[in-house]
Amino acid sequence: MSQSGDALVKLEGVYKHFPIKQGIFFKKEVGRVHAVDGVDLEVRRGETLGIVGESGCGKSTLARCITGLHPITKGRILFEGQDIGRSPGKAFRRDVQMIFQDPYGSLNPRRRVGSIIGDPFDIHGTASGAERKRRVQELMELVGLNPEHFNRFPAEFSGGQRQRIGVARALALKPKLIVCDEPVSALDVSIQAQVINLLKDLQDELGLTYIFIAHDLSVVRYVSNRVAVMYLGKIAEGAEGEELYERPRHPYTNALLSAASVADPDAAEKRERIVLIGDVPSPIKPPSGCRFHPRCPKAQETCVGEVPVLIARAGDPADHVTACHFPVEAGEHLAREQAAIEQLSTEPTLPSA
Amino acid sequence: MSLLEVHDLKVSFDTSDGVVKAVRGVSFSVDRGQTLGIVGESGSGKSVSTQTLLGLTGGARIEGRALFEGQDLLTMSEDHLRRIRGKEIAMIFQDPLSSLHPLYKVGRQIVEMIRQHEPEVTKQQARKRAVELLGMVGIPQPDQRVDDYPHQFSGGMRQRAMIAMALSLNPKLIVADEPTTALDATVQAQILDLMLRLQREFDSALIMITHDLGVIADLADNVLVMYGGKPVEQADRRSLYYRPHHPYTKGLLESIPGSSGAKDRLKPIPGQPPSLINPPTGCTFHPRCPYIMDRCVTDEPQLRPVLDADGGTNPNHRSACWLPIEAIGLKPEAEGIRQEAVAVGRTTATNITTQGAEAQ
Amino acid sequence: MSLTDLEADASLPAAEEVAAAGPIQGRSPWQLAWARLRRDKAAMISLAIIVLLIVMALIAPLISKWIGYAPAFGDRKLGITEDGLPVGLNGHHPLGTDRLGRDLLVRAVYGARISLIVGLVSTALATILGVVVGAMAGYFGGVIDTVLARFMDVTLSFPYLLFAIALAAAFGASTPLTVLVITFFSWASIGRIVRGQVISIKQREFVEAARSLGAGNIRIIFIDVIPNLLAPLIVLATMTIPVAIVFESTLSFLGAGIDPRTPSWGNMLSDATETYQVAWWTLVVPAAFLLITTLAFNILGDAVRDALDPRSERLFAAQKAGRKKKK
Repeated sequence: MSQSGDALVKLEGVYKHFPIKQGIFFKKEVGRVHAVDGVDLEVRRGETLGIVGESGCGKSTLARCITGLHPITKGRILFEGQDIGRSPGKAFRRDVQMIFQDPYGSLNPRRRVGSIIGDPFDIHGTASGAERKRRVQELMELVGLNPEHFNRFPAEFSGGQRQRIGVARALALKPKLIVCDEPVSALDVSIQAQVINLLKDLQDELGLTYIFIAHDLSVVRYVSNRVAVMYLGKIAEGAEGEELYERPRHPYTNALLSAASVADPDAAEKRERIVLIGDVPSPIKPPSGCRFHPRCPKAQETCVGEVPVLIARAGDPADHVTACHFPVEAGEHLAREQAAIEQLSTEPTLPSA
Repeated sequence: MSLLEVHDLKVSFDTSDGVVKAVRGVSFSVDRGQTLGIVGESGSGKSVSTQTLLGLTGGARIEGRALFEGQDLLTMSEDHLRRIRGKEIAMIFQDPLSSLHPLYKVGRQIVEMIRQHEPEVTKQQARKRAVELLGMVGIPQPDQRVDDYPHQFSGGMRQRAMIAMALSLNPKLIVADEPTTALDATVQAQILDLMLRLQREFDSALIMITHDLGVIADLADNVLVMYGGKPVEQADRRSLYYRPHHPYTKGLLESIPGSSGAKDRLKPIPGQPPSLINPPTGCTFHPRCPYIMDRCVTDEPQLRPVLDADGGTNPNHRSACWLPIEAIGLKPEAEGIRQEAVAVGRTTATNITTQGAEAQ
Repeated sequence: MSLTDLEADASLPAAEEVAAAGPIQGRSPWQLAWARLRRDKAAMISLAIIVLLIVMALIAPLISKWIGYAPAFGDRKLGITEDGLPVGLNGHHPLGTDRLGRDLLVRAVYGARISLIVGLVSTALATILGVVVGAMAGYFGGVIDTVLARFMDVTLSFPYLLFAIALAAAFGASTPLTVLVITFFSWASIGRIVRGQVISIKQREFVEAARSLGAGNIRIIFIDVIPNLLAPLIVLATMTIPVAIVFESTLSFLGAGIDPRTPSWGNMLSDATETYQVAWWTLVVPAAFLLITTLAFNILGDAVRDALDPRSERLFAAQKAGRKKKK
């Protein structure tokens, strides 16, 4: 996104395409899912970078590219200045960890919690026997679990506690970067806040860097220093957190913010909801030009033909970048705008009330 | 008399692990043109209570009464209930795929739904109505899409088709169980908009079940908050959001990361949800409550009216909590009242329960 | 029922307050499944029958001694009537004799040896083969998967009975050949199921988590994949044993299985075809053994599946209760 600060991770033109193959014996590529389609991003040491977007925007794939779970199709991922290449080494595996969305799916149900958290020590051969047990119990204590429960099975814990187990496992090797993929979206509201507080405390205590991926805007706003908005494999807008939430430039960011639910009746009634047309198009055949143009209330001919670049727009701070030909100006009422082109989308506008 | 009146509904299931008391006495009512929001987390009994009304909880032990236009849905014969279900009461689920048959065209499913309940309607008439309905819920080219199969629709469109189906017989009551949880924010906004508009147009009653207080903030007339199978607070929308009385409601509101962007520490509700087989004694919420008092462990609080903004008691705002009825809202004065009550009502012994809960 | 028992069910919210009072040592999913299985009466009866059969098979020589007749000994004095017909149930021959005057009980317990050995050994071999091939196909995918999956399809489409009869004709009926034939025709269905299971386990987040920690394929297969396969495998194996036993009996009945001189249930049934019209017990005794054994294994298999997956049991209970209510 921008060039300042001490970059821990740097993504340069990262692409990840999944081929779609058909055929019984001789599989032929019939198409590609453009999951991540040219992403430049920088994560600074000690910060939390939030990535928001709707399902299918490629945010989870991007997370898995950064942790080295998916080899990337094109581009470079630099970790502390080193290209991690197609198969990252053990040192990288130690430094970069991941916290998963599903507290039920991310823990092997047949193993005791102690061995799950101790896994990293075994794999990297850093501790064994009594030392390993001691470190596991330390970790459990650190994330707010009763260390005496190390012999229990995941099924004996509730959702929030399981997520803590996942956090403990991620912390075992003292990583520098933790990629959190929707870490709280499977949890009940009252439990979400517990886990978010835990992540924040750990960051302060251990000086961690987070990439925090979520679809819930208010959670991302709360945890992140900087936020990037993804749409169909590309970054639509990126900025320092408050800046993005207060002065969103990309029409998609505006729509996303206006659609977020607010637990405040007055605020909810007052806001102007920008109701977008239709659903997110298929990433197999992304729209031409600006990918948002079929749903964008400001779309014009230019948007169909030209891909907008991700740069700082007039009047914005240098690290507020927007990929839009016609960024939203202050005081503009997007909810009332009409696109200048005929929009070819899966669904037409709602019949007006 | 209201359109639907539920009195002291109790639902439990026998399992090999014991009796799961999913709903332990809930009452509510809803009128035409009104929206009732039922809010709760997983295991709160919010879905089970409405599924029971429609006879969808097979194998459950059910007590209580549920009067729909004066007739008790719980004692009604299977046939009678089937006639009411769909025609008078429609249901919208979280996952539209679970209620749209994958092998039949969307239009045909709507046609059959109509003809099942109104046999006098001809196929052509029913089809015409299906096209109209699909158009009304915002499906493009409804005259063509009516012949699509459910998998040819996107997630948002399926949810719309479900809504069209639910509305096909002009029901008096619509029960929507987390209708937008599986959808993205921008699509969720579309669907909520649509539901609100259609409800007004058809003047039906709407029960909206959700875990997200944000979803119903501009939708519900009344809100019922459930916890561990029991109602803990019931109020009109404004009172609930701005003047919550029950510590659980307050906790839910406070644990939402503020949209104001304040970077204060979040205030989570400590601890874990209750077991439904061995629910806590007294108030179900007491093991997690920051305002626990001695009597909360032993005596079960019932819903009772609490104070209104203007100082009188408000019969429509009721809370099941032993805190004084004037302890409403998130303001410091209310907090003072709570702390005072706790100082009197709590001995050192009960204090232990919540210790270290934050760190848990 | 203990408290941890409750906590184990993911569909119920766990109460930490309650659990904290319980034992610190967590009970493994296996222990929980065993506890559930123990509550199932039909399963326990089936298990008892299976154990009894195994014991009988083990002490077959003792039973033979106690009755006083060897399995191949034709009792011309008390075992055959004056008209040369088998004798019915009596003090000397508790379950009667066959056309040669051989004691049916003794033959049946010796037959149990063959049936159980063939059933268990071929199931074990088939399971090993099925797991290796299925797991490789599922885990590695790609070309390996294509080749192995096609191979399994081909195996499954073989006309097994014709094939077995042809082999018996070529090499002569024998126990090892029977085991091999049964194994060959059983492993592919196990392999197919294993492949599907592995594909779904491979996509679970805990496998991804292990990979992101830097775990290699071997570690993932042994630590994360196989332990999660055991539950379906136990069920599958329990269900394959009776199929193998019936398969063996079928082959023997057709003369393409066990050496016809060896007592086995299939051979006994085959012998009975000549006498059952005048001596029903010659048919009923081996048939009953076969039926009871397969039934016991099937009921046990069903119960094991329910015990390992409590959700299905609950669903089933709800259905049952629903049916009752309607009546």
